[in-house]
Amino acid sequence: MDSLKDPLKDPLLDPVSDSVRHLDLTEVPLRSVNALLHGREVDDLPMLTPGEDVVLSHPQGAHAVAVGLDSPRQVRIEGHVGYYAAGMNQRADVVISGNAGVGVAENMMSGSVTVLGNASQAAGATAHGGLLVVHGDAAARCGISMKGVDIVVGGSIGHMSAFMAQAGRLVVRGDAGDALGDSIYEARLYVRGEVASLGADCVAKQMRPEHHEELAALLKAAGYEDDDTGAYTRYGSARELYHFDVDNAY
Amino acid sequence: MCGIVGLHLRSPDLHPLLGELLTGMVCEMQDRGADSAGVAVYGDPRWSPPGHVAVSFVPDPSLLTLSTGVEVEALAAELSLDLASPVAVVDAGPTLVAHVVESAGVDALRASVLAAFPDALIAGFGADVAVLKGVGHPRDLAEAYGLADAQGWQGVGHTRMATESAVNAGGCHPYAVGLDQCLVHNGSFSNHATIRRDLRARGAVFDSENDTEVGARFVADRLAAGYDVETALKELCGTFDGFYTLLVSDSRSFAVVRDAIACKPAVIAETDDWVAMASEYRALVGLPGIESARLYEPEPERIYAWTR
Repeated sequence: MDSLKDPLKDPLLDPVSDSVRHLDLTEVPLRSVNALLHGREVDDLPMLTPGEDVVLSHPQGAHAVAVGLDSPRQVRIEGHVGYYAAGMNQRADVVISGNAGVGVAENMMSGSVTVLGNASQAAGATAHGGLLVVHGDAAARCGISMKGVDIVVGGSIGHMSAFMAQAGRLVVRGDAGDALGDSIYEARLYVRGEVASLGADCVAKQMRPEHHEELAALLKAAGYEDDDTGAYTRYGSARELYHFDVDNAY
Repeated sequence: MCGIVGLHLRSPDLHPLLGELLTGMVCEMQDRGADSAGVAVYGDPRWSPPGHVAVSFVPDPSLLTLSTGVEVEALAAELSLDLASPVAVVDAGPTLVAHVVESAGVDALRASVLAAFPDALIAGFGADVAVLKGVGHPRDLAEAYGLADAQGWQGVGHTRMATESAVNAGGCHPYAVGLDQCLVHNGSFSNHATIRRDLRARGAVFDSENDTEVGARFVADRLAAGYDVETALKELCGTFDGFYTLLVSDSRSFAVVRDAIACKPAVIAETDDWVAMASEYRALVGLPGIESARLYEPEPERIYAWTR
């Protein structure tokens, strides 16, 4: 992680808003925290104002932290989270300062999710939009069935990543595990390091000027603007698997 | 879904805290399965004092209660008479642990237990390990076992959500089928019937129809043939089909392996004082120094082993 952006300079980690709500997950139940984040009234806790930023402390690996957010808001989670953190996110910008468990940002629609540590398997699964940045490594099945999300991984990704990836872009600054892009549709994959093996119907493709431009924009959005886009290889679908071929019929 | 946890203490200063730490880990994994829960503890002075051999057993595996109802003093007297050596029987809720001086022999103790209770399930045996099994909620079981007071250098736990066999003591992990060995499993083996048949042909006797027991007996068979644990687990990966994260231990070693697909979760944490493994990170948050532990997920089909 040579050019990992300095968390102290990250605007998401340094909310400019005067109004920041601090919630400690060892004191406030997770359901109450998530209800507050959904703009609902909870017990005697005052509702969040529109755009009010939130800092969640002591997640202690809990599942489903900050899921289903649907309004513009910066949420910082201080620590490691369990499964499905920031899943189904719309419009919010969520930063996880530790590691994330299975399915971080799964089915994200828009907004962003940033993981400063590592992510477990199925990061960004089925996500339709938004930006997922994992500054560490992501495990197996990163971007499985992605449907339009952009994912940038600072480290390496595990096996079966981008399986059946339909749309969106996946950028990997490190290596990719076995069977990258198996049964891929129209997602575009950019990998700087080694690929252990390509999955069925996934092939290396030429980097045309528009791809350098697209990759540079994604790297910049994730804080890796110093990377040389020429060091990356593009992978995508050979388009031989998902078209009906009468010779494959029984 | 099941939950598995393991803790291998490097620092002797932590040995008195093993039970307390393991209780927190097992109970945190109750959401992954709460029909039964079992533990294996290495080096507890109540259950397996130094210089003694111990046999852990469920006298009547058809019972689904938190207590055996057995009068342990009377049983100890009966076993002592049988072995001509003083036997102690410790009541650990649904499981009893009998121990006797090493020279009396673990096989003799086991035979003596089976003479007293012909239908007993032998949960574990050896010089160092006590294996406690029962049906019920992990929190209730941990209390019935007296787990929080346990001491030792290594512990393993499992919370079960049954898929492959009945909810009874026989289906409860850990499977401890070789001397001081123990195996817990999250996942399911799909070709266990074939391998069970092969092992039976080689003389293995099974206690249950459980898939994991086949894995444990396979490992025990290979270890008995002189394999080290890494080689045995490599062969397991090549032989077994299905999903698994396994934690395999004996008196000296502690090993983790996941199948090639690796869909069953696992997190490993290491500090200078301990190595811990759990299905989920949240089971590890109560360990001392977790904030600065090295955390990682085991790679598929790579064998991670630690020895003391």
